Amino acid sequence: MNAATQTTAAQPNASTTLSGAEVLLRALEEQGVEVVFGYPGGAVLPIYDALFQQDRILHILVRHEQAAVHAAEGYARSTGRVGVVLVTSGPGATNAVTGLLDALMDSVPLVCLSGQVPVQLIGNDAFQEADTTGITRPATKYNYLVKKPEDLARTVHEAFEIARSGRPGPVLIDLPKNITVGPAPYAPPSTQGRRSYQPRVEPDREAVREAVAAMRRGKRPLFYVGGGVINAGPEACEALGRLVHMTGFPCTSTLMGLGAFPSSDPQFVGMLGMHGTYEANLATHDCDVLIALGSRFDDRVTGRVDAFSPRSFKIHADIDPSQINKIITVDVPIIGDAGRTIAAMIEEWERAEGPAPDAAALKNWWEHIEGWRALDCLRFTQDPAPDAIIKPQKAIQRIYELALETGRDTYVSTEVGQHQMWAAQFFKFEQPNRWLTSGGLGTMGYGLPAAVGAQLAHPDALIIDVAGEASTLMNIQELGTIAQYRLPVKLFIINNQYMGMVRQWQELLHGSRYSESYSSALPDFVKLAESFHAKGFRARTMAELDDTIRAALAHDGAVVVDLCVAEGENCFPMIPSGAAHNEMILGPEQEAQGAVVTNEGKMLV
Amino acid sequence: MKHAAGASSATTSTSPSGRDNDEYRAVISVLVDNESGVLARVVGLFSGRGYNIESLTVAPVEDDGARSRINIVTSGTPAIIEQIRAQLDRLVPVCRVANLTTLGPHIAREMVLVKVVSTGEARTEALRIAEAFRARAVDTTASSFVFELTGASEKLDSFVELMRPLGLAEVSRTGVAALTRGPRSL
Repeated sequence: MNAATQTTAAQPNASTTLSGAEVLLRALEEQGVEVVFGYPGGAVLPIYDALFQQDRILHILVRHEQAAVHAAEGYARSTGRVGVVLVTSGPGATNAVTGLLDALMDSVPLVCLSGQVPVQLIGNDAFQEADTTGITRPATKYNYLVKKPEDLARTVHEAFEIARSGRPGPVLIDLPKNITVGPAPYAPPSTQGRRSYQPRVEPDREAVREAVAAMRRGKRPLFYVGGGVINAGPEACEALGRLVHMTGFPCTSTLMGLGAFPSSDPQFVGMLGMHGTYEANLATHDCDVLIALGSRFDDRVTGRVDAFSPRSFKIHADIDPSQINKIITVDVPIIGDAGRTIAAMIEEWERAEGPAPDAAALKNWWEHIEGWRALDCLRFTQDPAPDAIIKPQKAIQRIYELALETGRDTYVSTEVGQHQMWAAQFFKFEQPNRWLTSGGLGTMGYGLPAAVGAQLAHPDALIIDVAGEASTLMNIQELGTIAQYRLPVKLFIINNQYMGMVRQWQELLHGSRYSESYSSALPDFVKLAESFHAKGFRARTMAELDDTIRAALAHDGAVVVDLCVAEGENCFPMIPSGAAHNEMILGPEQEAQGAVVTNEGKMLV
Repeated sequence: MKHAAGASSATTSTSPSGRDNDEYRAVISVLVDNESGVLARVVGLFSGRGYNIESLTVAPVEDDGARSRINIVTSGTPAIIEQIRAQLDRLVPVCRVANLTTLGPHIAREMVLVKVVSTGEARTEALRIAEAFRARAVDTTASSFVFELTGASEKLDSFVELMRPLGLAEVSRTGVAALTRGPRSL
């Protein structure tokens, strides 16, 4: 044991020899890290020892490494900052993989620090050894194995830069134990970036001009915005609002883009895609100019690719050049940061060259849209009798309305399934960074740990996890984390005793053979809450619904609310697999159409 | 090339045939930071996204071994080749990517070692064909030759085919090394 490991704190003093663990913490501090989500183990003990001896970085002990990553995602997505994860080698790292891939798919900036066996033992099948960089290579934006102490500080700084710049994503640093135990030199962040990594942020002016010229010519234009606008920051979202208002065009959003443009704005036509609104999907199908901003034409959005927005001139602005023409061939690609692209579009629009926009055509377009909107595609029927069974849509709608009544700044996370889609449909987001959901990977068990991260970032805000009873059981152990740090997270379980989305697809595609989708032997969620030191609530009837939600929202600690809802409800509207946007199923009365889903459609997920 | 070409670099290239749905063979050159795992990243990208690799070469080429050049021969429609280019360009340690096939005239060469085990008439014929191809006999025994031949892949293909009935025993090929013609470089 050398003198370096006995240094008591990560003092920014060049004359002191620091251990690798201390250098690591100092680099984290310099990167502005305040919170680390982690779980200790053999290979990271030196880092935990250094953490113990300082008080500038707060460590949050989760109950499972997957939850550490989702918590860091919730933190990152609700703040726009880089989330930090610390896990041990072997199983610690492999448990984190799902979260890393989730962050990669949804472009969430993370740095994951994983312990590793000492360099000299790598390859020996040592205890808790895993080829972590090999396993996480396709699950991260980039990853490192630090083999030399002199690389440590530079690597940490570079990892943060890569995680937050360009298209954000997770970066993993694998830290062999000898590197964190032994001495290491500190180095401040380098001012010049890595030569091979220079993401393009400034859009090409000529492309923007071409795009705006097409927008001016448009008779049926539509903005289609995605998570890239939220990643570009609140200013970008504000600029988007200005652009949408000055053009007068309708605006739809992906699941990940909700909140980029205010949901209550009359120009917002709702989410598009598989469970998007009728008006959004018909507008997408019928538009003549489609302006995609920070969205990637995901298969949940496009439906049948060859029938996607078939007559439109397509503009696609994205920071990631590999998204251009990946799924849909576009007419004008613009590579750059969404915020700068929107700002450039505003400038071009204001410059007002060429013919004035066709106001009559736009008015006509809006009349079409209002016609579709009048269909009120999200309507459902709820028996108002006090002893009536609660519809899940009603439950989620009331959670939204009663949360709104509190007047508090509200962040909403979800798990994955029907409840997630209903939350996307019924919650209205007026600001970015308030909606935390697993879009690309569709990770059940995301919501509760994400709520942990969001609550830590916003201690005074109202944090709600809209959950399903099946999803939430995948990371229910995080009630322990919530208890330990006294986080007043509100967990609302929409309990229909089924993996609802699985059941819906089985009903639609597989002759209602509900293979393994029934949630047997569910726990008593009220007692479960109590055993985790939280307050449990339950509502079974309409008479109990509002009072239960109100009481839960008013409680100053963590709550688990078991909302027992109708079992058989399906999520509508729906574009069945392999269908086009103008072939939506609007409600149960049209569900017989399910029979027309082709085998080709069945093969799609 | 990296990101600097902007919108123009992102538009779909057309195949040499000019038709959008025709598959063609492309030679893609990638300049990478020579760090551990970089080849795994490139190869993993191809397997993970279902692209073909027909051949691949890699060796350090500049900055005292700090950078390597990877040459990949792949095939696909113009849209797929463009996706491959864009996906490769996105990798952090990748400095530059170029599709030499659409960039303009280029040279692609590889080397093959061919072992032929035969006697009598077949042996004489093998030696005669080798001379016609300007292959060198780099190992000779009473019953075998090892020929070394460099050139375009198609030339190597026909040489190997001609050797097949003449006692072809083993083939080892390098995959292509490629450069653009003229003063322009990657």
